[in-house]
Amino acid sequence: MSKKTHVQTEINGEGIEFLCEPRQSLLEVLRDELHLTGAKEGCNNGNCGACTVLMGDRIVNSCIVLGVEAEGEKIETIEGIATSEGLHPIQQKFLEHAALQCGICTPGFIVSSKALLEQNPTPSEEDVRFWLAGNLCRCTGYHKIVEAVMDAAKALNTEVADNA
Amino acid sequence: MPEDKEFKVIGTRPIRHDGIDKVTGRAAYGADIHFPDMLHGKVLRSPYAHARIKSIDISKASSHPAVKCIITSDDLPLVEDTITELGETVINLKYLSDNILASDKALYKGHPVAAVAATDPYAAEEAINMIEVDYEILEPVLDVRQAMEPDAPVLHESLKTESMGKGEDQSQNVASHSQRKHGDLEAGFAAADIIVERDFSTATIHQGYIETHNATAQYNEDGELTVWCSTQGAFGVRDQLSKILKMPVSKIKVVPMEIGGGFGGKVQVYIKPIAALLAMKTRKPVKMTMTRTEVFEGTGPAPGSYIRVKLGADKTGKITAAEAHLIFEAGAYPGSAVGAGSLCIFAPYKIDNLQIDGYDVVLNKPKSSAYRAPGAPNACFASECVIDEICQKLDMDPIKFRLINGAKEGDRRCDGPIYPKIGYLETVEAAQQHGHYAESIDKTPNGKLRGRGVASGFWMNGGGRSSVTINVNADGRINLIEGSTDIGGTRASIAMQAAEVLGLSSEDIMPAVVDTDSVGYTGVTGGSRTTFATGIAAINAAENIRAQMIGVVANHWELKPSDVKFKDGTFLAQKNGEELQMTFKEVAAVAGGPLVGSVTASPGGAGNGFATHIVDLEVDSETGKVDILRYTAIQDVGRAIHPSYAEGQVEGGVAQGVGWALSEGYLYNDEGHMTNASFLDYRMPTSYDLPSIETVLVEVPNPGHPYGVRGAGEVPLVPPLAAIANAVSRAIGVRMTELPMSPDRVLEAMGSI
Ligand code: FES
Ligand code: FES
Repeated sequence: MSKKTHVQTEINGEGIEFLCEPRQSLLEVLRDELHLTGAKEGCNNGNCGACTVLMGDRIVNSCIVLGVEAEGEKIETIEGIATSEGLHPIQQKFLEHAALQCGICTPGFIVSSKALLEQNPTPSEEDVRFWLAGNLCRCTGYHKIVEAVMDAAKALNTEVADNA
Repeated sequence: MPEDKEFKVIGTRPIRHDGIDKVTGRAAYGADIHFPDMLHGKVLRSPYAHARIKSIDISKASSHPAVKCIITSDDLPLVEDTITELGETVINLKYLSDNILASDKALYKGHPVAAVAATDPYAAEEAINMIEVDYEILEPVLDVRQAMEPDAPVLHESLKTESMGKGEDQSQNVASHSQRKHGDLEAGFAAADIIVERDFSTATIHQGYIETHNATAQYNEDGELTVWCSTQGAFGVRDQLSKILKMPVSKIKVVPMEIGGGFGGKVQVYIKPIAALLAMKTRKPVKMTMTRTEVFEGTGPAPGSYIRVKLGADKTGKITAAEAHLIFEAGAYPGSAVGAGSLCIFAPYKIDNLQIDGYDVVLNKPKSSAYRAPGAPNACFASECVIDEICQKLDMDPIKFRLINGAKEGDRRCDGPIYPKIGYLETVEAAQQHGHYAESIDKTPNGKLRGRGVASGFWMNGGGRSSVTINVNADGRINLIEGSTDIGGTRASIAMQAAEVLGLSSEDIMPAVVDTDSVGYTGVTGGSRTTFATGIAAINAAENIRAQMIGVVANHWELKPSDVKFKDGTFLAQKNGEELQMTFKEVAAVAGGPLVGSVTASPGGAGNGFATHIVDLEVDSETGKVDILRYTAIQDVGRAIHPSYAEGQVEGGVAQGVGWALSEGYLYNDEGHMTNASFLDYRMPTSYDLPSIETVLVEVPNPGHPYGVRGAGEVPLVPPLAAIANAVSRAIGVRMTELPMSPDRVLEAMGSI
């Protein structure tokens, strides 16, 4: 076993320190060391998006990011998306639209969708389908996922309008 | 039949009970299990597709400081070469065991040969590479037609072809040959004005569930084994473990964790017995998860197939005779879905003269397993394409052809039974009336070729045993305890049926999927059986509770139970001219003790499922790429309990069908190595590859279910292959007969390469 590295980072708004081997992926650190198991492993080589998390303002497949790369970063995982106020509108719309079946892909889709709507608050269906093409879902055929994301965009925009 | 009955809960779209856990990342899947002192298991797999295992030397690996245990097939109990009943199927025990850890021969690349438990997963991986195996490499056979040749390499020296109960002189790789026939085939073809005969082939493909297989096992000093895992059926896992490990079922507890997709691929066990054995030997919890490559190379794909169909029809479009030969890849051990494929191939039609031959053939690929309507998509691909060609030659509308020949109540299915009330023609009529079909397609916009395809499909649907226990709490909400793992919203669809009986809301029910110690035997979540069969168990348990509550109310009011009526969630009676009434919640409060209703149901009458799909697509004549433009899927679901999740089944089935038709397939090199064992190279459709999918649910209630439910999960994967092939064929003017219709194949068909 190689010597462990000390890493200081922020996860879901909390300052976190951990030790990890240089070869461990961020996904392994999250799941096995920090027990944040919301990010899932579907392929471990960057092809399915089940492990999607936000690192700064980038969406990353945490299975192909090293744990040590989290040093000094701000990480957001599915566990950080609902707040003490309740579910995020994207989560709520996934429920209302039945946008999940087995649910294993859902954390990845929700994290990716959140990043999309932060960058593009009024995406077209084409935009949503293009953006989410990095996340595989084998159960739903994506139809209800796309509907949920479009509807969440609407809900978020209404929220913004109400607050203005 | 409550055809016009008003439902309060059925047909509504409440939020599923496990939804919040699943959108917040809290839901616990198999790989999320963690024990502080657990070991990690890893499997050594054969690098050869066909090899004799001469010896295995574990001495070097054993000296690895982190290694706690190494096992090979010698550590599995010796099981007999016998056919045994396993849950609801029959299997050969020796084959089952040899597929877990190869004994004398490795029969596919990825076949497990040994396994290691170590203190961390990296060490386990290092250690398996230190195990030395001496192989005698044998020639592999990778194509069913080659495997049937008399001089083909033989996988199992002791295999004898089973042919309708008798031995048959065939290549030793033909595990079985079955035949169904009725009528007079020759006379039928003689009466035909047109006959079309064609060969079709489909690639080996994978279910492609996003969660890989996992298992964590713990063995206690008292001999009790617990296995936490991802499975479609905890009791099926328990049965298999009991046979493979020769342990009584009562010593085994299987805890089904949340499951990340299955589609038939998470019924058969792979690493679960290995984790169990390692835990038994080390007395420590052992966790194992597969990599994606291990899933592709070592778990049941859906069989590749060769199918020949010959169909005759007269000028009016009436089918006069049909003949099919289906040859399916069983994989390394007998048991493909050719039986089901043979049964489904002409099932949507009334055909008086037919013959169907099915061959189950072993070859050097992983043992095939079920995949959503196993066998039917392959089979109907062939038959529905031939039907389309006949329609073209007769210049007949394909919907009209189906209206002429479609089976209905009272007609005989190809394998014998007479159809009860079915909804096939209703799906065809709905297709005919749909706006999609009415709108014509512009054939050649911007140099691309457009085509429309239509196809139908059939699936039997299953029943079988399911158990449900209902506990009534003093506040009137109920716990519904079930054994059906929830892959696609069945907690909701089952709870809603109990809610309907008891006049409660879906939210008043708290469903829980529990382990094998905590509920009665329940069959797998598969065969499109869960909403139907576990639903009936839930209805029966709810009726039992309702009867008990009537007793409580009668006591309370000092009346006879027969004086008490129940309507819309309220108990009613008249006493001395006075109207008495109590709500469910009020009765629960006065019950003065727990009310428990436990039921095991084993319903037949599952009610067959039919679907008809319409697809428009565009072929790029320069690249050969196919783009789906519009897709409409029509399906008889009997009764949609939660329409969103019924639609979800259809949408998901269509998406898988698009993959099967256009882009998915195992690629092999000559040595029998899969060359695309990753999600990058095994191309499943993404959101960008698909259009929105329009679903039309037709409801022809199933007389075998109190609310009319038919299974809905499998039949949506049956029509897409042919629908898409028919559309491509019509677009380019050449019949497509091989799946997947990848760009190179399309260009080849067009004569461009
Ligand atoms: S697990 Fe990271 S992309 Fe699949
Ligand atoms: S819901 Fe199962 S993979 Fe998306």
